[in-house]
Amino acid sequence: MDDLLSEFLTETNESLAVLDVELVHLEQNPNNPSLLNNIFRLVHTIKGTCGFLGLPRLETLAHAGENVLGKFRDGALVVTPDSVTLILATLDRLKAIVSELERTEAEPAGDDADLIARLDAAALGKVAAAPAPVKAPPPVAVEPVEPASEEGPYDAKLGRQLKPGEVTLEELEAVFRATEAAAAEVAAPAAAAEVVAEAPKPEAPHGDTQMAEAGESAVAGQSIRVRVDLLENLMTMVSELVLTRNQLLQMVRKINDSEFAAPLQRLSLVTTELQEGVMKTRMQPIGSAWAKLPRIVRDLSRELGKKIDLVMQGAETELDRQVLELIKDPLTHMVRNSADHGLETPAERQSNGKGDTGRIVLNAYHEGGHILIEIRDDGRGLDAQKIKAKVLEKGLATEAELEAMSDRELHRFIFKPGFSTAAKVTSVSGRGVGMDVVRTNIEKIGGTIDLRTEKGKGSTFTIKIPLTLAIVSALIVECAGERFAVPQISVVELVRASPTSEQKIERIENTAVLRLRDRLLPLVFLNELFGLEAAGAGIAKQGESYIIVTQVGSHRFGMVVDRVFDTEEIVVKPVAPILRNISVYSGNTILGDGSVIMILDPNGIAASSGQQVSDNARAEEDAAAKKDNRNDDRMALLLFHAGGTEPKAVPLALVARLEEIETAQVERVAGQMVVQYRGQLMPLISVSDDQQLSPTGRQPVVVFADRDRNMGLLVDEIVDIVEDRLAVELRTKRQGVLGSAVIAGKATEVVDVAHFLGAAREDWFMNGSKQTLDDKGDGRKLLLIDDSPFFRNMLAPLLQVAGYQVTTAENAEAALKMRESGEAFDVILSDIEMPGMDGFAFAEAVRHDGSWMKTPIVALSGHVSPRFFERGREAGFVDYVAKLDRDALLASLEQTLSRSHAA
Amino acid sequence: MSTAIENAEFVTVSIEGQLFGIPVLMVQDVLGPQKITRIPLSPKEVAGVLNLRGRIVTAVELRTRLGLPMRASGEQGMSVVVEHRGEPYSLIVDGVGEVMALKAEAFERNPPTLNPRWREVSLGVYRLDGKLLVVLEVPKVLDFLEIAEAA
Repeated sequence: MDDLLSEFLTETNESLAVLDVELVHLEQNPNNPSLLNNIFRLVHTIKGTCGFLGLPRLETLAHAGENVLGKFRDGALVVTPDSVTLILATLDRLKAIVSELERTEAEPAGDDADLIARLDAAALGKVAAAPAPVKAPPPVAVEPVEPASEEGPYDAKLGRQLKPGEVTLEELEAVFRATEAAAAEVAAPAAAAEVVAEAPKPEAPHGDTQMAEAGESAVAGQSIRVRVDLLENLMTMVSELVLTRNQLLQMVRKINDSEFAAPLQRLSLVTTELQEGVMKTRMQPIGSAWAKLPRIVRDLSRELGKKIDLVMQGAETELDRQVLELIKDPLTHMVRNSADHGLETPAERQSNGKGDTGRIVLNAYHEGGHILIEIRDDGRGLDAQKIKAKVLEKGLATEAELEAMSDRELHRFIFKPGFSTAAKVTSVSGRGVGMDVVRTNIEKIGGTIDLRTEKGKGSTFTIKIPLTLAIVSALIVECAGERFAVPQISVVELVRASPTSEQKIERIENTAVLRLRDRLLPLVFLNELFGLEAAGAGIAKQGESYIIVTQVGSHRFGMVVDRVFDTEEIVVKPVAPILRNISVYSGNTILGDGSVIMILDPNGIAASSGQQVSDNARAEEDAAAKKDNRNDDRMALLLFHAGGTEPKAVPLALVARLEEIETAQVERVAGQMVVQYRGQLMPLISVSDDQQLSPTGRQPVVVFADRDRNMGLLVDEIVDIVEDRLAVELRTKRQGVLGSAVIAGKATEVVDVAHFLGAAREDWFMNGSKQTLDDKGDGRKLLLIDDSPFFRNMLAPLLQVAGYQVTTAENAEAALKMRESGEAFDVILSDIEMPGMDGFAFAEAVRHDGSWMKTPIVALSGHVSPRFFERGREAGFVDYVAKLDRDALLASLEQTLSRSHAA
Repeated sequence: MSTAIENAEFVTVSIEGQLFGIPVLMVQDVLGPQKITRIPLSPKEVAGVLNLRGRIVTAVELRTRLGLPMRASGEQGMSVVVEHRGEPYSLIVDGVGEVMALKAEAFERNPPTLNPRWREVSLGVYRLDGKLLVVLEVPKVLDFLEIAEAA
């Protein structure tokens, strides 16, 4: 079954079950507005989802029902038992259609004209006493709904808030792809909605078995459904565990040689892992909440006759699962609103001098412990006059009050219940559900929503959600005798300043600044900002003080404090409502010693000390971040000593195992050291000539493996595994060494594994082994394009060892020259991030014309994300592999080649 | 309002020598002197936050709320923990006395001449033997919070 459809069925069944109960309540309390609102919203949601799934029968019926409910809500109609009966009858019909839909994957044929006529009459105030006996009496209790559905048994138990918490990333991606595929399918024929509805029909006879299978695999497969409140509970427990652990650690730290130290260390480790694990179960990229949007926007643009371009940025931004669940619907609402109200029709746009395609941009990013989500459109913006008229009409404020309001205050009216400036009620929006729901949902999770709009230019909604559940690492500082926590994430560096040292605080009039690496850093004295009687005031001016260099956007400033203590893991708890409007705090927490501490929010501090962070600055920061990303070739490196004084390094990804061998077992065969290892002879190579094999005892060996062959590099000592950037700065002609790089703060020789692999391989053949080129590559010609000489040097031998004939090119331009000179390859392996022409552009160029049009291209990249993957596929790559994942690379090449052969 | 407090029970507290009563059903905890973390930039009535068995409680200094001078340094107050809109608050007083059950006959509305600041937070007065007990209306005591919130 279509994943989207099955999700719809689960959701709708849940909503219908809730509606049954709510309606019965309503009959008993006909004047309860919150009950009415809730019912109205549920029906509205059902209608909305039907609309974009292309289920016309359900949609029309729900629409008619919603009309009547809308009248109830606005007070135009009185709730009577008869009218409730009518709505319940509608619900029963909806249920019947839904269960049929579940069975056959298509809306049953049929007509609801009778019910719709009665509903329409009711909407006009003419409730006829039910002419026909109602199908079923209103059920009082929730029935277990549709046991046939895979989620069935859960439905009855799950209230609205307890949404099931499964869904793996894979599943979500599957939904995303399925949706896209479906969208692509329906794009061709004109009558889109009908096609969606009818397409599954031919398969209907198989429907049941398919569904059973899907049910089996979804449930028994890789994921289980866990209720979110269970995870929530787990998270709270883990948070408490972390705090207790911290407390214990602090106690033991004071005692020397405590017998508790070792077990506590272990406990600490396990706790950290547990914490990470639990956090992970709850984190999901926001992209999963966006997956439905392209489809929705596409359908909307068709329905509204507008051209809409949807841009999604920062889809990989991770946030808490529960938060995600809660903002999913608001986001959908807002995007719909932007499409419906915000953007103009192509004709209007053209007459306003804009391109005829409107643009909706979704952007998510982290900032100072918050997640910010922007929904931006370049449409008509909000019309202050229209809002005023509407406010007056609804009697929400008087004319005089309106006059005194700023535009900003005026704009905020759109978040009030029942408020809509859309001129007409469409089936998409305009009933005034929406923005108030959006606001309520966001405030429920302690977030805020803000709006910037300019008439004729468009509107931007900014949702700010705090990471209240996160455990963060924080720096504990002291200022004027009070302790505060600063989230480590916003600390760039710490500087100790004193009048005698090189770093000293200087003043321009009363403004304190610090010279930091030839730039002036503005300073904020926390004690001044907080109005604290500073025991430290004197100290700050004369003695030593500490400056916490912080970054907000691209804006840097320093906070001056008296002392800096440790860092500590803290559970951020929201501050009491009374303190929520003090912008300098982002939360509070209880420290290991049991005292409460306030967590500082550098954003708020920057703002309240009068520092402006402009939008331009943010753009700069984005650019800088992108640049960083590009250079960020961080990788895990194995550090070791092997002759000489300098430490040496190899990429950990190339290392198969670390072993220790008895030196007594080392044998010599034709001048080559070998050792029997796992039933085979493994050649041993020493890194440098001055390296001595210790005559007795054990020798550490770094083992490199290729398929069933191994090669051992003799080393003196394994030092560490570090994560660092590998930027070879000094090249050398010495064989076996790529050059020197600064790793973990030390000049380190980067070992050319390729050289040694090659050396070992040669020896291998000299030793007369019967190993031949039975490898995957089979002598096929491969072109490797990578701007980094390190990767070229590392990958080329690897691929050669695997049996490919490798040619390298240092950039896309050079590769294209080879094409022009008539060279041909079986497969091309190209890096993505390259200066000049990047991998995407290269792939597009190759696909576009020339002799390589049919040559498969595999993309190679430092970071693999679904977004890149999509983009790569569009550009013409057949596969996408991470640079350092050798096995995946070889597997992908093999697969690609066999596929292109078969084709 | 007077009907609501017939034969009611109160936790008696003292501030600056004056006796106050807090309806016993509202009181969750009575604590001795606590380590309170100050919160710079908070409303002046907020003394800070404290840790009550893993819960973070906002402490409100009743002296400031009533417009009285601060306690001499070195003297520590006691805390009466109440809940308001789902959040715990600790009211800081000079001392906590016994729980008293008081008869409705002894109750009287606030004298109109009472300091408006006190009148705002009190329901009325009980005549006891030799002294008077002012009944604190907790939601009103914490009222300044909403004012601050709305601002």
